[in-house]
Amino acid sequence: MDLDPEGIFRDDSDEEDENVQEREANKEMVVYLVDASPKMFTPATAQEDEKQETHFHTIVNCITQSLKTQIIGRSYDEVAICFFNTKEKKNLQDLAGVYVYNVGDREPLDRPTAKLIKDFSSIEDSFVSTIGSRYGITAGSRENTLYNALWVAQALLRKGSVKTVSKRILIFTNEDDPFGAITGAVKTDMVRTTVQRAKDAQGLGLSVELLPLRRPDEQFNMSLFYADLIGLDGDEITEYLPSAGEKLEDMTDQLRKRIMKKRRVKTLAFAITSDVCIEVNSYALIRPTTPGTITWLDSLSNLPLKTERSFICNDTGALLQDPQKRFQMYNDTMVKFSVHELSEVKRVSSHHLRLLGFKPLDCLKDYHNLRPSTFVYPSDERIFGSTRVFVALHSSMLRLGRFALAFYGNPTRPQLVALVAQEEVTSSGGQVEPPGMHMIYLPYSDDIRYPEEVHVTSDDAPRATDEQIKMASNLLKRIDLKNFSVCQFANPALQRHYGILEALALGEDEMPDIKDETLPDEEGFARPGVVKAIEEFKASVYGENYDQEEAEAEAAKASRGDASKKRKAITDAASQKCAAYDWAELADNGKLKDMTVVDLKSYLTTHNLPVSGKKEALISRILTHLGK
Amino acid sequence: MARNKEAMVLLLDVGPSMHGVLQEVKNICSTLVHKKLVYNRSDEVGIVLFGTKGTCNDLAKELGGYRHVTVAHDIKVVDEGTAQALQNLPVGSVPGDFLDAIVVGLDMVIRKFGNTKGKRRICLITSAQHPLRDPPEGSKEDQVDTIADQMKKHDIKMECIVFREPGLHPNAVMEENDRLLYQFRNRSVAKVVQVDSPTSMLGALKTRNVLPVTVFRGDLEVNSNFKIKVWVYKKTAEEKFPTLKKYSDKAPPSDKFASHEVKVDYEYKSVVEPDKAVPPDQRIKGYLYGPQVVPISTAEWEAVKFKPEKGVKLLGFTDRSSISRHHFMKDACLFIPEPGNTKATLAVSGIARAMHQMNKVAIVRCVWRQGQGNVAFGVLTPNISSVNNVQDSFYFNVLPFSEDIREFQFRSFSSLPSSSRPTEEQQEAADNLVKMLDLAPPGREVLKPEFTPNPMLERFYSYLDLKAKQPDANVPPLERCLRRITEPDPDAIDQQTPLIQNLGKAFELKENPKKKKTRTQDRLEYVGAGDQAKSVEEPSLEKDGLVEVLYPPAENVGEIRDSNPVKDFEAMLAKRSSSTCIQKAIEEMQKYTSALLEDSREGGNYQKALECFAALRKACIIEQEPQEFNQFLRKIYERLKGRDIASFFQLLSSNNISLISKEEASDSDVTEEMARSFYLKQEGASQ
Repeated sequence: MDLDPEGIFRDDSDEEDENVQEREANKEMVVYLVDASPKMFTPATAQEDEKQETHFHTIVNCITQSLKTQIIGRSYDEVAICFFNTKEKKNLQDLAGVYVYNVGDREPLDRPTAKLIKDFSSIEDSFVSTIGSRYGITAGSRENTLYNALWVAQALLRKGSVKTVSKRILIFTNEDDPFGAITGAVKTDMVRTTVQRAKDAQGLGLSVELLPLRRPDEQFNMSLFYADLIGLDGDEITEYLPSAGEKLEDMTDQLRKRIMKKRRVKTLAFAITSDVCIEVNSYALIRPTTPGTITWLDSLSNLPLKTERSFICNDTGALLQDPQKRFQMYNDTMVKFSVHELSEVKRVSSHHLRLLGFKPLDCLKDYHNLRPSTFVYPSDERIFGSTRVFVALHSSMLRLGRFALAFYGNPTRPQLVALVAQEEVTSSGGQVEPPGMHMIYLPYSDDIRYPEEVHVTSDDAPRATDEQIKMASNLLKRIDLKNFSVCQFANPALQRHYGILEALALGEDEMPDIKDETLPDEEGFARPGVVKAIEEFKASVYGENYDQEEAEAEAAKASRGDASKKRKAITDAASQKCAAYDWAELADNGKLKDMTVVDLKSYLTTHNLPVSGKKEALISRILTHLGK
Repeated sequence: MARNKEAMVLLLDVGPSMHGVLQEVKNICSTLVHKKLVYNRSDEVGIVLFGTKGTCNDLAKELGGYRHVTVAHDIKVVDEGTAQALQNLPVGSVPGDFLDAIVVGLDMVIRKFGNTKGKRRICLITSAQHPLRDPPEGSKEDQVDTIADQMKKHDIKMECIVFREPGLHPNAVMEENDRLLYQFRNRSVAKVVQVDSPTSMLGALKTRNVLPVTVFRGDLEVNSNFKIKVWVYKKTAEEKFPTLKKYSDKAPPSDKFASHEVKVDYEYKSVVEPDKAVPPDQRIKGYLYGPQVVPISTAEWEAVKFKPEKGVKLLGFTDRSSISRHHFMKDACLFIPEPGNTKATLAVSGIARAMHQMNKVAIVRCVWRQGQGNVAFGVLTPNISSVNNVQDSFYFNVLPFSEDIREFQFRSFSSLPSSSRPTEEQQEAADNLVKMLDLAPPGREVLKPEFTPNPMLERFYSYLDLKAKQPDANVPPLERCLRRITEPDPDAIDQQTPLIQNLGKAFELKENPKKKKTRTQDRLEYVGAGDQAKSVEEPSLEKDGLVEVLYPPAENVGEIRDSNPVKDFEAMLAKRSSSTCIQKAIEEMQKYTSALLEDSREGGNYQKALECFAALRKACIIEQEPQEFNQFLRKIYERLKGRDIASFFQLLSSNNISLISKEEASDSDVTEEMARSFYLKQEGASQ
């Protein structure tokens, strides 16, 4: 059973299979099979007073959210939406009770589009009139809509090879006993053929999953039918329900985040000694995410533009092919280098990674950092036995509390790196930290600055007393972030970016309101205990009357501030000068260009406009301000 | 950058105790001058040597004393002369007196600049191992105080780099000297660093003068009622390889004022009308939403995009262990309390020390500037100052957002098959390696980032200087000291040889035969047998002054080795990074083959030589270089025909290895007939 809702992270059970596995995760195709029987349209909660929400509504919401996430995260994955137990039918096989939903000129199974999301999110309004709902499997009729639905889904998923695409069928229903209405031999036969249909699909490499819905007071009884359909037995059944519930929640509350495929950045040769050289792969586990690529468009036609780069000689204006020479001014002369010579200068090491030795972990200071780290994991692909050496070193380093210092001969920036062994950390949800080593890029002496020494005085710097430190400790205890985890904050700018993009793409009127999770917890800080701790510490370091003193100092500063006085003088002088001209007339006669920059700036200063830029910029700013 | 203009005096100890590192002292000072010639053209530099045999300074002339201090270069705007003065550092014969040197240097600065304002720096590099001259009056401490007062008065900063070889036991003289130097530091006029290896000597001096600029000045908000005034500076920032401009050779050579610059022009063209350029105001940015591109103008974005308020806010504290070191995203910053603000200093000190005691860190959200597009979310860790006159502060590192973390799954090491897990014996070998290859024995740390220079930049600046003098110079090899950064120390390796061999023996590594030649371009530069041999030989070669054997390594095409010459030759050809590469490969092969024949006794090498001939001939046909082969064959024949080697030519002939004819390669001037009769005719002629 697959706990992973995305189904893209499979354990690489066999090293040899790794490539196949990675390829398999490249793309996903999903068919959402949604039960549309009248039972789905009955209110989901038994209580009368609560808002009446049907299971169907829940499902539509859930799929919409999931599509919105998918279009940002994995827009190359393909999806089809298919209802069963419908009045109308629409499918290639022309089977009754199955309706394949689609919009525009999209293929039934295709990448999601903005239109699909928009139309699907409002499908409820028109569902009954255009598609219609009915009980599909009834006594007396020989129809088996569930069987039909599986058949249609399987047919939809026929495209693409199982080796490169992971294919899934997700069934959403609140009916735990779809064949409850019929009895006898007919039922046995129908159950048998339906289960067989599912088994055949699974045999073809499709995964069939169920997302059951239930009312709070009812239990979805898996063992009635669905356990057989998806092939569960024993304990798996009891485990399945909660995890399926989580899956449903996951689908709605997923973070909009571009999902990266597991891909190695580079294969490196790691020379441990002069005769032991192993092979490792590097992976980018942590990298700042950017909002995605920009395409330039022609604003008139909205068609994409092609960028053409050309090199022009500054002296003659001649068009150049990609110039191969570079120069650097040195001692007022021009020193020329060929591209080849430069790359030769940069190549200071013959190895990818060369071990230099080991140091205790406390030699790695907090400021020894320049860039996001890179993760290193061994590979036996080209050199057999690499993993063994790596594992041995990894466990020695962990046990002895040491990191390895190595030289990384990257051709663009050769650098010293610290390789810090990382123990595997797992939780119930799976792997939290994979085992391997983190490669931390170390600064060189010229990269480290000493700002703390800029403002030193010959007097000893004030130090907090024990009493003050005690107060601070108390403060620390009060404002403690329990269970803090690095990945709990979403990037507010990025989430907003995606939100706006979505709103514009779907033609929504209102801009979404994205919560900024990085703001401090106002409520928490307002708790009396916290406020008291802060006040106590403040009093101990700032003294009792700090606020008052500060306010007085502020007032004194305002009244006799040299800087502000000077600024005021400049503004006054400027406005006097400015008043001497009739700007509108000058502008009309095109006389502005005859004036000096100082004069032009006087206008800008008086009107609180920026005074930066060349003369033309100043003039155009003045013209804009005058409304010309 | 005139604002950042500085004048500095280098005080260099050239006495006997410094002889071991004079080369490095020269290099580091040269790099400093080279960088100034690129970035700070108006900076001024003076050079004073002490511990010299002779004496030459103004004070000695006017007052007497101050012996063995030589002014090698007056304070002047940097030029080639400055670099030149460093090139020939004399080897001094007298133990140097650094106090005398400081006085001379100080005197030079004061004479030159008087009371004018500006940045002045004195940089002292010494071993401080020898007793100082007793001052005519007062104690040495008083003298230091007087000097420090003068420095303060003229706003002169000093940097002292003390070199002591490792394992040198401090004696009373050294202790006294150190005490005097630290007295300068306590008076806040000097910074003292101690280095113990030539490599760290290269990293000890800041060669680039960067004006510190704050990232942020304002409040660190604990809550709306309690704020701490802080300044934020960058603690680390990568010094980049300089961006060289593209060179255009189109300007006529007569044009003395040609800029030779290249303008890069971007044109945006519609897909429909490829000939028409679209003006900038008609362009609009499009963002991908699924298969569809959504056009959004900059103005629209401005109106709706995320605009956080400027400020640094505390979110709370958490255990140090909940932050992994590898989550640090960028270069680090430093939060210092507002200078001169005692209350802020106390507040920072209190929190930092409490954090240190409780092993906690603070999580903060920072918006450095108004109008910044995003927030920086990160962690503050305490930096408890060990020096009395430096304030406590915080380090700040950026942490990732949840979008930035990619959850890839990797196989657990415990579930690996036993063939991939180390045996006890292997684990022991690894343990021993980790224990023995220790770079931080008690009281010492080798290759500290603080004292490790950037080998690439060091090499670039020295090459730049070399090229300015000789435009066609080749890239110099990496110097010995810099190689200590890119490769393990051979001395240390020698000591641990048995252990390292153990590791090699304990593990068996095999290349995967299936994968070996799949992608030639992407092939890894694994150490071949030849490379190892080379790295062992290198030190000895250097000793013999045979640097030119290694040099020039400009084109790393590999070499032809005895073990498998044909394969090496093919590998060289396969690289094809340039046309000279092929030429070189052919030349090498020719050399190797003729050497083979010359050395051959009783035809022992004939079979091998035959193979080489065959490979060379084949290559020359493929590469369309028939002349190369034909001339070579003729030459060999001419040269060797006198000796007893005819049997070899018979061997060649019977294997159809003759001249390359026109039919085989069109560039050849040999007809098929000529090729066939080559050996016959030659034989006839020689008889």
